[in-house]
Amino acid sequence: MGYTPELQELIKRVEATRPARVEMARRNEHYPALSMAERETVLSKHHPDYQADAKMAVRVGPNKGDVFQEGVARLLESRSIVRPGLVDLNKIDHETDVLVIGGGGAGTSAAIMAADGGCRVIVANKLRHGDSNTIMAEGGIQAATQECDSPYYHFLDTIGGGHFTNQRDLVAALAKDAPLSIAWLEKLGMMFNKHEDGRTVVRHCGGSSRKRLQSSGDMTGAEIMRVVRDEARNRADMITVLEFSPAIELLLDSEGKCAGAILFNMETKEFSIVKAKAVVLATGGFGRLHIKGFATTNHYGATMDGVVMAYRAGVGNKSLHSTQYHPTGVAYPEQNVGLLITEKVRGLGAHVLNIDGEQFCFPLEPRDVESAELIQEAMEKGKGIMTPTGRVGLWLDSPMIEELHGPGTVKKELPAKFIQFERHGIDISKQPMLVYPTLHYQNGGINVNGDSETILPGLYGAGEVIGGVHGENRLMGNSLQDIITFGRRAGIGAAKYVQGGVEVKDLTLDHVVKFEKELAEAGVENPAVAPIILPDYSTDEVAERRWPKALTEGVPGV
Amino acid sequence: MCDTTKTPKVATGDRAILPEGARTIPIFVMGKKYEVPETLTIMKAMEFAGFRFLRGAGCRGGICGACPTVYRMAGDYKLHFGLACQTVVEANMYLAQIPFFPANRASFKLEEMEGVAETIHALYPELFRCVACNLCTKACPMDVDVLGYVSAMKQGNIEKAARISFDCIQCGLCASRCMGEIPQYHAAQLARRIFARYIQPQAEHLKNRVMEIEGGKYDPMLDELSGMKKEDLEARYVAREREPDLAAAGTWQPKDTSHL
Repeated sequence: MGYTPELQELIKRVEATRPARVEMARRNEHYPALSMAERETVLSKHHPDYQADAKMAVRVGPNKGDVFQEGVARLLESRSIVRPGLVDLNKIDHETDVLVIGGGGAGTSAAIMAADGGCRVIVANKLRHGDSNTIMAEGGIQAATQECDSPYYHFLDTIGGGHFTNQRDLVAALAKDAPLSIAWLEKLGMMFNKHEDGRTVVRHCGGSSRKRLQSSGDMTGAEIMRVVRDEARNRADMITVLEFSPAIELLLDSEGKCAGAILFNMETKEFSIVKAKAVVLATGGFGRLHIKGFATTNHYGATMDGVVMAYRAGVGNKSLHSTQYHPTGVAYPEQNVGLLITEKVRGLGAHVLNIDGEQFCFPLEPRDVESAELIQEAMEKGKGIMTPTGRVGLWLDSPMIEELHGPGTVKKELPAKFIQFERHGIDISKQPMLVYPTLHYQNGGINVNGDSETILPGLYGAGEVIGGVHGENRLMGNSLQDIITFGRRAGIGAAKYVQGGVEVKDLTLDHVVKFEKELAEAGVENPAVAPIILPDYSTDEVAERRWPKALTEGVPGV
Repeated sequence: MCDTTKTPKVATGDRAILPEGARTIPIFVMGKKYEVPETLTIMKAMEFAGFRFLRGAGCRGGICGACPTVYRMAGDYKLHFGLACQTVVEANMYLAQIPFFPANRASFKLEEMEGVAETIHALYPELFRCVACNLCTKACPMDVDVLGYVSAMKQGNIEKAARISFDCIQCGLCASRCMGEIPQYHAAQLARRIFARYIQPQAEHLKNRVMEIEGGKYDPMLDELSGMKKEDLEARYVAREREPDLAAAGTWQPKDTSHL
């Protein structure tokens, strides 16, 4: 299909300015980078994290008074899917030692380690086992395995990258366990990229002092997920996997320990009660909230469920105001929208251009600044390019890479991107790409300590749902390490806790009752009902034709 | 000319819209006709039409295998296969998703195995029911040479099977088409794990590092960093030496080796 005639017409403007821009690049002249003061201005006006609008302070719960994006705050101030007083908690449907909520990389690692520790485990998945952001991670996993490297340097790189806002015991745990994680995955039969003698291939990533990124082709996360899921399936005697059964509320016991959850069978619309001696929360991030309308790199189920449930149970969060936006997500073609275009494209010299084919920013500003400049050009100045599906994008002039570095460079240096676009009739060595910032990672999350424990006895957390590991900015390759390090720690810790002897007393939803009372007292009107479980992509027209106001009762036939 | 004072209607998040003047085309979802905007993927076109996915949607980026789809064009006998999140709608396409297809998976204990093909043959004897019809390869949305890796397994070449099957996303379309009722993608997973554990050399430098960590070598350094004032930590951060990009693996050493 390629570009529509309208877009091809606009590409001519890019081609018209290209010779002069290439000449400029050859003279090593760049569009001027912003001063620190100018960075501040553009960030505060146009970066979603910094903008004062569309933010609010939460009025209830452990983070009362903290300011979040509206979409996030609304879910923190939400009420339960069920009326707590009308739920019969005496009817237990499943009993287990450890309940793992979320079967991505972190949850599955936790399940294996808990089973190793002699525990019976239930893994509750929202979608299929393995449907997660883990499976989408391409680049690699950090671990200080080389002789010139050590956990000391991994710690320093990570905390420096996070602007020193990281929680230090978590950084220490990550740096220490990282090589152990790699050894564990190797033993489980993960295919790492290796030299002939078996040494793992390592690369640098943004902010690393040593080459520390180990990988598995350009689908490292998918390979991790395939392997740990396969191993969990080998342990079916200890690990029961429930799919399309997300948790919708945590259960406590009368002593205040975490003691299970309510699950919702999305296919039959039935609820069930799981009584567990320990619970591991591994529900991932919040990309599918599409904060401020941004597209996302995240999978379909990334809706912040774990943070919401933990919040009602009294477990607060940190750094949740901080979101990683990647400046160059795909804006066209539609099938690739939101997917990442690596920074390498700009590293090779490609300019970012507006509808007139003009530069408006230095192409290699820090990610947050670059994102803000793109948003400003499209939204404030109205110089974005409209796609046939109503999205706004800006040009990323990849063909100039060929002129700067010689024909064939694009295909050689960016093979995966080349194929991804070629599949849809766009040759990025000859035609520019349309890009726009995309929501990539939830930097913050629930509070845990270095052993993955929350303040609630019996509740552990691991993966993107926890906060503090990355501070306010995450380095590449540390998210995959986060899920294995803290997944394993959570599983080991939960098993130890269970083996120490846990007696679950009467189950209760009193924490939900109390939280909803707080909502009412704080004057929160029309709170959202959450977790929202899945995003709703119905168009306005479809929603209107469902006659929401004219219905007598419920949706007929359901 | 469009009215410039009006904010143009813009698609947000993953929600598609039909911009003014854009063309729509008819598609047939399980035989039922819907008009959808051209250029959308099957997944987004179905959402535009009002479907809300429960099964049949996952990463929405072509890597999780949740949305395998089979389709034909009106008037043509030929079957096509693709992922709903990666395949663009075409006019008069008849489609159905196959979000799940039953396939037998054999359980095993990797730590008690050896790197020999007999292990795979014993767990998946149905591999020898393959008649080399190649329907599996034709159905693969990732262009994996499925028949190629099935043949490699039969011939006992585990490495070849592991490498050919590497891009597999385990969507199950191969199994849905197999005359021999072979669960190709499960057998391939086994081959890759056996290869990585028993045939590919293990990382020796990693074993040493694991021993050092378990021996507590780095605990004092990490404790020191954890307890440091922010200014001191910043100073240490700035003072780091950077490993040269082109240094061969395992050769470069920093000047300061006190933290290795």
